[in-house]
Amino acid sequence: MSAFRVLPRTQTNTASRNKQFPQGDNSLLIVLFLLPGMLIFFLFVLMPISQSVYFSLYDWNGFGPPTDFVGTGNYERLLNHSVFQDSVWHSFTLMSLSLLIQLPMALGLALLVGRGKLRGRKAFRAFLFLPYVFSEVITAIMWRYVLSPDNGALLNSVLAAVIPGYEPIGWLARTDVVLFALFIVLTWKYFGFHMILYMAGLQNIPQDLEDAARVDGAKERDVIRYITLPLLGSTIRLTIFLSVVGSFQQFVLAWVLTSEGGPVNASQLIATYLYKFGITQFKLGYGSAVAVVLFSIALVFSILYQRFVMRQDLGTGIAPVKGGAV
Amino acid sequence: MFLKYALLIALCLVIMGPVATAILGSIRTTGEFMTTPFGLPQTGIHWENYTSILDSGPFWNSLKNSLFITLGVTFLNIGLASMLAFVFSRVEFRGRGLVFNILLLGLLFPSVIAILPIFIQVRSLGLINSLWGVILPLVAFGLPTSVVILRTFFMSVPSELEDASYIDGCNTFGFFWFILLPLARPALVSVATLQVIASWNEYFLPLIVLVDDALWPLPLGIMQFQGQYGTDYARVMAYVTLLIIPAVLFYLFAEKYIVTGLTGGELKG
Repeated sequence: MSAFRVLPRTQTNTASRNKQFPQGDNSLLIVLFLLPGMLIFFLFVLMPISQSVYFSLYDWNGFGPPTDFVGTGNYERLLNHSVFQDSVWHSFTLMSLSLLIQLPMALGLALLVGRGKLRGRKAFRAFLFLPYVFSEVITAIMWRYVLSPDNGALLNSVLAAVIPGYEPIGWLARTDVVLFALFIVLTWKYFGFHMILYMAGLQNIPQDLEDAARVDGAKERDVIRYITLPLLGSTIRLTIFLSVVGSFQQFVLAWVLTSEGGPVNASQLIATYLYKFGITQFKLGYGSAVAVVLFSIALVFSILYQRFVMRQDLGTGIAPVKGGAV
Repeated sequence: MFLKYALLIALCLVIMGPVATAILGSIRTTGEFMTTPFGLPQTGIHWENYTSILDSGPFWNSLKNSLFITLGVTFLNIGLASMLAFVFSRVEFRGRGLVFNILLLGLLFPSVIAILPIFIQVRSLGLINSLWGVILPLVAFGLPTSVVILRTFFMSVPSELEDASYIDGCNTFGFFWFILLPLARPALVSVATLQVIASWNEYFLPLIVLVDDALWPLPLGIMQFQGQYGTDYARVMAYVTLLIIPAVLFYLFAEKYIVTGLTGGELKG
């Protein structure tokens, strides 16, 4: 199976296509090929997203057309709600932890597994990446048992074996540790995804460059620091992007693991707040306002990041990957 | 060197810890689990945890719904995405860049964000409580990713091949159908694996759209099961294990394609 390559190296193919053999009139084909896909995309992606902006200006329970216009009222209530402020803070905390702990860990492992001689490389990669294919629901249920407050539950018994005088912790029951427990589970599920991206990046670094540095007497540490990491730059910038956007979109895992953002909203994230205080209470106008805030954050961040950070990478990176990658 | 292997093996064990908890728990009794949540079976292997699930209708019903949703999403997504990607990569027309960029906007918005208006849209189309109300939005939200991956592949096919097919009497559709699609099989499979994972695991959309529990797919089925038998841990873990097995098998068979899809073809098997 030939692996396929990304954008820029191949783009010239179409740019320089030989006009000697014109394609003829393709209007009908263009319409028939574009219409079904774009119609579904318009109906279920574009229209709903633009509608939320409209709904967010109304006090509306979802039945009948929205009539009770409140202007920016929903937004004012939202920004003044302390639970929402906390949710934003929790999302930011998860994002920072991901950037500071999860990504470096994934990078370190990619360097360990993806470079040099290693027996059983494929097996290691498979084990480390496996959690990514598990559904969020199964992940959350499994981890509820691992994190249970009992003395014999996996995490508590491992910690008790390592730390003398350790007292079992109710990881999901205490407001001060629940967010950290959520972060552990997110890391378990998603670090393999980032590791795979880094390994793909590593594979594109010419072996000669690293070898040349070694011949010149560079220590392995310096090879990594001055050659490998700079050449991995575009991949690192891409994973940061995916991680930030993904952090703000976390929903299912948090919802199931922590029983709806509990205890007392201590692990409420922006998306779980949207569901709990918008949808389940039939405050659809209010919920729409939360959604608008949420995708404004994603949009503004994406535009700024792509304009100022990823601009240099245009085309050298990996095909954009969507999905809850934290 | 030794340290490297020790570290990696230790980490793999840690990663597999939660999975082992579930699998071990599923073959023991709830009583055993209560006294030692993590341990080997003391009173033999308790297959009845499994048989009680496999003998009941709801599990098979959920499995059927999950398969329907997964197959529907995957085939529709691949069909529509390859047609879109073909036009965006091979057929020029005015405004092509604009249409493509509109589609790319979708990369920024996962269905979680827009779940509310999606629900309203699905309701106004009369698709509430229908599996199509789950399938169509999932197809729509998966399109941008698939189109980007396929377009990249389609562009890498040399234009000489296209010209040759025209000389041989193909029209544009013939080139797409007889030349490009067969060539693109690895890319199509990669895109398909990503769609299979996403739609098989989807929880939120069916939760919102499907009212009747006879229509629920497995992620909702296990949540319902957990609600009913919440204190019967052994049976819940048997259910979890039943869902882990297909995920692992699928992963083992499709790893190459999953990895290729996620990394845009950069990491080879």
